[in-house]
Amino acid sequence: MTVHNLYIFDRNGNCLFYNEWNRKKQAGISKDEEFKLMYGMLFSIRSFVSKMSPLDMKEGFLSFQTSKYRLHYYETPSGLKFVLNTDLSVSNARDTLQHIYSNLYVEHIVKNPVCVLGHGLDSELFSSRLDAFIRALPYYSPRAA
Amino acid sequence: MSRQSNRTTDSKKMNSELFTLTYGALVTQLCKDYENDEEVNKQLDKMGYNIGVRLIEDFLARSSIGRCQDFRETADVIAKVAFKMYLGTTPSVTNWSPAGDEFSLILESNPLVDFVELPDNHNTLIYSNLLCGALRGSLEMVQMAVDVKFVQDTLRGDNVTEIRMKFIKRIEENLPAGDE
Repeated sequence: MTVHNLYIFDRNGNCLFYNEWNRKKQAGISKDEEFKLMYGMLFSIRSFVSKMSPLDMKEGFLSFQTSKYRLHYYETPSGLKFVLNTDLSVSNARDTLQHIYSNLYVEHIVKNPVCVLGHGLDSELFSSRLDAFIRALPYYSPRAA
Repeated sequence: MSRQSNRTTDSKKMNSELFTLTYGALVTQLCKDYENDEEVNKQLDKMGYNIGVRLIEDFLARSSIGRCQDFRETADVIAKVAFKMYLGTTPSVTNWSPAGDEFSLILESNPLVDFVELPDNHNTLIYSNLLCGALRGSLEMVQMAVDVKFVQDTLRGDNVTEIRMKFIKRIEENLPAGDE
């Protein structure tokens, strides 16, 4: 059980925040390129899912898994996108992502007038709170990975 | 403004008189600085817009309301949830245009104007114009371009305060440039 990494994208596809915890393999491309690929994939999946959906969907797509990891996706109505990669034992991280949005992002970024929205987040407080929060998750345990 | 993250289940009480008077002081200062009602209206709208852009995130986080299906639902949420949450009043939604893209919010009470009388030399001032900006800013963040304006105001002798909102278009999300 473990958490690999977290991306936060704004509605325009800029990566606002990235951090990794137990990521053992790097992509071998620059981070900027990786963010673009990630965002591009999410964008495509999202539009694919909504086009194929037989009914109007409310939430859109929530997660997918490969043989090695699971990607959890949470999008706010304002277009912020939270992406958390974990291993397969974590079945649902929706509450986690919602918590990051409403208790960390809104409190420390949106309500901090010094933080300019839509740019990379350089708030120490946010990063450290987020780090502490992730490390305290019940499924964060690097050794078991 | 030292509100910390461990928020107790919400709605910390705030003195509404303090709020009203603070807003009054803000408008008064703007009137001094700009000396022109039109310009003050513009500044209030701009400030409201900047508030709205951030306020929407707080609203979404607190209310955990998902995306609205249509403009009518949006109208209801604005009136029943948002106004209640931030201004403690619930305006009524009426006067729908036949096409369903325009409606009015009728405010029985407007907490911003509790102690206010407009002096004669400010008859074009839209005192609560900040609200329009805030509505416009926050809806823009949820992909809705709207036009918001006051059509009636108790401050100018009307019986009620009426905000007219017109849906303009949905803002489509696009792939960022340079990405294929």
